[in-house]
Amino acid sequence: MAESDVKLIGAWPSPFVLRARIALNIKHVDYEFVEEKFGSKSELLLKSNPVHKKIPVLLHAGKPICESLIIVEYVDETWTSGSSILPSDPYDRAIARFWAAYVDEKFFPSMKGIAAAPNEEAKKAALEQVESGLAFLEEAFGKISKGKPFFGGEQIGHIDIAFGSLLAWLRVTEKTTGLKLLDQAKTTPQLAKWAETFCQHPAVSGVMPETEKLAEFAKLLFAKMKGINPQ
Amino acid sequence: MASSSEKVKVLGFWVSPFVRRVEWALKLKGVDYEYIEEDIFNKSSLLLKLNPVRQKVPVLVHDLKVVAESYVILEYIDEIWKQNSLLPLDPYQRAMARFWAKFAEEKVFETAWNALCSGGEEKEKALKIAIESLEILEGEAKKIQNFFGGDRIGYLDIAMGWIGYWLPVWEQVGCMSILDPLKFPATSAWAKRFISHPLIKHNLPPREEMLVYFDKRSKELSSISQGWIKV
Repeated sequence: MAESDVKLIGAWPSPFVLRARIALNIKHVDYEFVEEKFGSKSELLLKSNPVHKKIPVLLHAGKPICESLIIVEYVDETWTSGSSILPSDPYDRAIARFWAAYVDEKFFPSMKGIAAAPNEEAKKAALEQVESGLAFLEEAFGKISKGKPFFGGEQIGHIDIAFGSLLAWLRVTEKTTGLKLLDQAKTTPQLAKWAETFCQHPAVSGVMPETEKLAEFAKLLFAKMKGINPQ
Repeated sequence: MASSSEKVKVLGFWVSPFVRRVEWALKLKGVDYEYIEEDIFNKSSLLLKLNPVRQKVPVLVHDLKVVAESYVILEYIDEIWKQNSLLPLDPYQRAMARFWAKFAEEKVFETAWNALCSGGEEKEKALKIAIESLEILEGEAKKIQNFFGGDRIGYLDIAMGWIGYWLPVWEQVGCMSILDPLKFPATSAWAKRFISHPLIKHNLPPREEMLVYFDKRSKELSSISQGWIKV
């Protein structure tokens, strides 16, 4: 049998890798998932992404494509039958790209800020940033989804992928801080419902990491980052 | 009949390279627009109304549609006005253009800016990354004859255009050497071609005023030790 035309180099805990997997799943693309071992970088990765040496890397007929959102757009533009990830209208596309950039440039760093906070005061400040980010996203969801289940409408779209890929890590953050960030009752009712629907979607459910397993991994990761031997 | 220039407005700040990207794109497409100057240190209610989430320039207003984030605006402009395409048609080439634009933004622009606005060890660290990253870009610049977009200016040229005009100002203000023409002949030659292009050279901020502005701004930022500045 011929070598797989589509390979994705990645690792199960990475939200960025998850974006690529969801995009490929939406398009029903058969691909080989090449799992990187935690703590080392394979020859294939170093050869395919010499500039950043990071996952995800999509290999399509041997050509590497790097950076998760760039991969998502590439997948959308290459496999054109079936569901579109970006909307067709240029203005709607701009809105989708704006919010995807917001997730990467503001929201995700604020989430990381909670884990990286050196003291309670810094942690509180980081949490406030995450909460205000969620408030923005809650409002955006209302405007963009127009009553449909996803940011993308009836189907998963670009913002769903960009933001939804962070849900498992958001749940881990809720677990470690003891705080409810996506709150059905109070602050983010629409997002709380959206998160549930998103995680159950067939393109997502098989690849979204389980919170418990990710929480264990997070402990390993932070210990490694601090240079401690994890118990 | 309303003039077509009333349909397109750009909110900008005279010295911002991000704003100029948008203007260059509109000029390349032959699209008339109204320019509205913003004082980013005293943001107007118009800016805050149009871009409440990021509160930044550039903002493009097209009819009643508001688009923010320079790269998002570039893609919007390319999709609305089809003449003189900025991005290639082929999905892989598009992914490459987007990849290099992101790389240049994170590894050259951001690092050069941080080098300008810091001192001592921090400055040295930032300078090292900027120069190493330019070495990688030089490899790409060696592959082209005229512009990254081919015979015409394209997306990647616009994204990196600041290198030919803002970077030398920062080098002068910060007493640093980053784009050494002997070390980076291909990039330097490309930068010169870009800045000399008739549609670009008449759309640049005055150099003397830039020197004054960046001298003041870099001193302000270096006096508040705030760690890495994200752009």
